Amino acid sequence: MKPTPGKGMPVDGRYGFQDQYSPLGEYGLWMHQAILLPLITVISLFVLGLLLWVVARYRKSKNPVASKTSHNTLIEIIWIGIPILILAGVSIPSIDLLAKQYKPAPAKALTIKATGNQWFWSYTYPDNGGFEVISYMLPPEEAAKRGEPRQLGADFRMVVPVGEEIRVQVTGADVIHSFAIPSLWFKIDAVPGRINEKVMFVKEPGVYYGQCSELCGARHGYMPIVIEALPRDKYNAWVMTQSGGTIDGMPKPVEPAPAAAPAPTLVAPAPAATTAPAPTV
Amino acid sequence: MATTVPATFQAHDDAAHAHGDHDHKPAFFARWFMSTNHKDIGTLYLIFAIFAGIIGGAVSGLMRAELAEPGIQYLTAWATWFDGKPAEMNTALHLWNVLITAQGLIMVFFMVMPAIIGGFGNWFVPLMIGAPDMAFPRMNNISFWLTVAGFCSLMLSAFVPGDATGLGAGIGWTAYAPLSTYGSQGPATDFAIFSLHLAGAASIMGAINFITTIFNMRAPGMTLHKMPLFVWSVLVTAFLLLLAMPVLAAAITMLITDRNFGTTFFDQAGGGDPVLYQHLFWFFGHPEVYIMILPGFGIISQIVSTFSKKPVFGYLGMAYAMVAIGVVGFIVWAHHMYTTGLSVNTKMYFTAATMVIAVPTGIKIFSWIATMWGGSLSFKSPLVWAMGFIFLFTVGGVTGVVLANGGIDDNLHDTYYVVAHFHYVLSMGAVFSLFAGFYYWFPKMSGRMHSEFLAHLHFWVFFVGVNIIFFPQHFLGMEGMPRRIPDYTPAFSYWNKISSEIGYTTMAIGMLIFFVNIAYALFAGKKAEGNYWGEGATTLEWTLSSPPPYHQFETLPVIDDKGHH
Repeated sequence: MKPTPGKGMPVDGRYGFQDQYSPLGEYGLWMHQAILLPLITVISLFVLGLLLWVVARYRKSKNPVASKTSHNTLIEIIWIGIPILILAGVSIPSIDLLAKQYKPAPAKALTIKATGNQWFWSYTYPDNGGFEVISYMLPPEEAAKRGEPRQLGADFRMVVPVGEEIRVQVTGADVIHSFAIPSLWFKIDAVPGRINEKVMFVKEPGVYYGQCSELCGARHGYMPIVIEALPRDKYNAWVMTQSGGTIDGMPKPVEPAPAAAPAPTLVAPAPAATTAPAPTV
Repeated sequence: MATTVPATFQAHDDAAHAHGDHDHKPAFFARWFMSTNHKDIGTLYLIFAIFAGIIGGAVSGLMRAELAEPGIQYLTAWATWFDGKPAEMNTALHLWNVLITAQGLIMVFFMVMPAIIGGFGNWFVPLMIGAPDMAFPRMNNISFWLTVAGFCSLMLSAFVPGDATGLGAGIGWTAYAPLSTYGSQGPATDFAIFSLHLAGAASIMGAINFITTIFNMRAPGMTLHKMPLFVWSVLVTAFLLLLAMPVLAAAITMLITDRNFGTTFFDQAGGGDPVLYQHLFWFFGHPEVYIMILPGFGIISQIVSTFSKKPVFGYLGMAYAMVAIGVVGFIVWAHHMYTTGLSVNTKMYFTAATMVIAVPTGIKIFSWIATMWGGSLSFKSPLVWAMGFIFLFTVGGVTGVVLANGGIDDNLHDTYYVVAHFHYVLSMGAVFSLFAGFYYWFPKMSGRMHSEFLAHLHFWVFFVGVNIIFFPQHFLGMEGMPRRIPDYTPAFSYWNKISSEIGYTTMAIGMLIFFVNIAYALFAGKKAEGNYWGEGATTLEWTLSSPPPYHQFETLPVIDDKGHH
């Protein structure tokens, strides 16, 4: 899939967040744009306005004799009380957003494991036969040839299905890395010895770019994360192109399937002998 | 509470010089290299901090030059020159990590802290409380020289291998394990860590010295609630240092033993946990940012009061707001770790606790404005810097409220938004308070007046410059540009170019004006009177000559009931 310019990637000279393609991303973006940004703008301008007023009104030429006022209990209570009320107000959507971000994925959700390595990512698909995708950054010439943004394009992408909750498990193979996709409001550290889990939901097909977000050595800036979100049928087709890829535990169907034969391709549950051992990382 | 000191107290051995001979100074070497005089040690700290600041600022310049355009422009050439052999790509990229590590450590440990605590704290805490010197003058001396030794150790780290890829420690100022343990095998990291041991020991001794001095050596009649707010700020800071620095020392000692002696505190393969290091580091690291800013709060309070010709509004609220910031500062550390995989309840707690800090900070901002309200303001350079501080610290503070939200930080963590935020509170907050304090007290320390015109010009050029450097970094961060990368996708070019080319250049011109002003003052400045700021300057240092006598307050001043807020 070709990336869409400006979608899932930064745009030069922009003033704000990338467009969001997940429900929690939209929620986070709303909270910033509708609550936090107006709030901090008003507070900053309020303080600036007070300073300018003081400069204009209480300069020595305008106010030669200084007052001796140094206490006013009422105003001190006001400037303690109002910030407390504002912060309490902010904390309501903030805590709600956190709670939603931690809602676990349903038990049957697809699991994908992302592992940070010095300096590439590997993606394992335990629910699809345990195959592994190794993802390196494209050199600049190659990125230009393929129409990928420089420093963001990768040779192989992490392919995910759209419109469903995905359980992303993240770990580090050597030092700490961080798995981040700004346009999905998604960031979780890849810590050696731990598996961090976070739910990903991509609303529409597309290519979404991110970069390692924890200092991990020399090529820290050279291990992008690229997610290609596909409709479920195309995702299944992609899985079948991977060596060892299976859908619902079924191995790859034999290629020219005889038309007459009642091939129970994706119906029968076949619990045994399916999951190939995941390649060690 | 001890409110008086014995009238016969002398910091120096009386037999060494004739009593009452105030200006009998030791010879050059003894005076500057074996110094026990708080003013001389304060001067040494300030000179050292300016020197370290020039190096740190130059490193910033290298970084901004490299970031001006996408692609690797200079790193390869610099690495080739530095290593003395043609540099491979990874060596060039490793040099980048060495630069960001050095810039962070120099600016935090060897510029802001020595200047604001070692420099102004040493100079003005004894003067403001009416004490002849610090409680432990020789410990004061070793604090300074250990800081210098720490700086040397950090500089040396640049010349030994950091890893197979190149010279120097490329671990970031936070030195996260395991990048700083098995991720960087060479001795450079040991040198960098040891430099923090030395600087940390210096800070702990400095903290003990300040606490003892402030508790025991106040002039008769100066109760705690009559102390100038700058002294309050240093007292709170000293407690933060005393409680936070040992935790850093423990954490980095565990790094040393993990690296060299086979322990596995932070190694998952031996049952350790890399995230444990982050908890320890930020238990120190968050109080550390208040250590850098609280003395600045104190300086701003003195200046705003002086040039408004009014006592500080809400003195007790101001003092206890700093105490509250200090206390709360110890229970918010994990907001630096929102993406490490904390549980939901932990994240909710740290979100709420972090937002609480905005309340005492708000008290301070509004009380400064209320101090000016009704005042008779004269816009001398220290006040202009202080007003710049109040506005820019507010901007840095409100982006802190944004970042406090764990759910929002899922996007902004480790992006340039964070870089913008902490430079607004530190390189505009702490550094503006440093310049405000410098212009406020420089004539007191040197005996020479600086040029007010150049000080104002310095302010405006520097103000414009730092805003052009750092304001666009908010946009870069929201767009997703990660910190600590030397190269970026072309979509980040616009703001980076503005930040580097216009911003850094303007800021650097501002700094040149500063150095010209110092040179002007030292060579051609008018002699400063004892109280050159006039009626608003009421604290005890203004009762002395400029510069003060080598030994002051041999007869202790007595504080009357009117107080000296």
